[in-house]
Amino acid sequence: MSARAACRLETLAFDRVHRYQPGKEDWFAAGLPREGTLAAEPRVADAANPDTLTCSPHDSAGEVQRRMRARGTDLCVVVNDHRIVLGVVREAALSRGPNMPIDNVLDPGPLTYRPHTLLTEIVKRMQESKGRIRRILVTTSDGELIGFLRRPEAEQFLNAKQQGSRQNAA
Amino acid sequence: MPQTIERQTVMSLVNEGAQLVDVLTAQEYEQEHLPSAINIPLKELTRSEVEQRLRHDKPVIVYCHNYT
Repeated sequence: MSARAACRLETLAFDRVHRYQPGKEDWFAAGLPREGTLAAEPRVADAANPDTLTCSPHDSAGEVQRRMRARGTDLCVVVNDHRIVLGVVREAALSRGPNMPIDNVLDPGPLTYRPHTLLTEIVKRMQESKGRIRRILVTTSDGELIGFLRRPEAEQFLNAKQQGSRQNAA
Repeated sequence: MPQTIERQTVMSLVNEGAQLVDVLTAQEYEQEHLPSAINIPLKELTRSEVEQRLRHDKPVIVYCHNYT
């Protein structure tokens, strides 16, 4: 759409036309200021935990299992050297032997959301999913991992925000 | 051809006075837009609208959602 708009302006004799191709998704993903009626609404990136356990696809199942247990989590995000999400691995999938590369057991299609997605929207989806969506990954449009968000933390964050808004309004 | 630019260049050009144009619908613009952007939806990029709202002597940056 911006390509057509930029070309249109050139035909109207604007000779210095630039196209910000990554658009507002990129701007908001970078955490830069926004304006508008929804500008103050909390986003998934606000509530996501950036300290998410990650591993490489080349790590062994045994090593990853040890790290997961040490962190008390049953999920590890598999990323490449640029923190691009390749998949997730659940503890249940690690029982096929400690030397098995993670690449062989990862789930390559985890649910991901962009950082500027409204938190209310995600919480609603989680609540309506009847347990099917218990957690999500937050990534940039390029797939870079920003964090991990579980339903309890998402609800807690949203409640705190809404409570704060009510107190400010009173 | 219009030049494609990245976020850092947008910031620099806007600081230097470039005009930032959101070409999404009015509703989308009202909900969220970049600071200092004006809204001229793609469907309203007519000569008269543009001549009223944009200056020829300053750069123009257009954007929408993403790579679309």
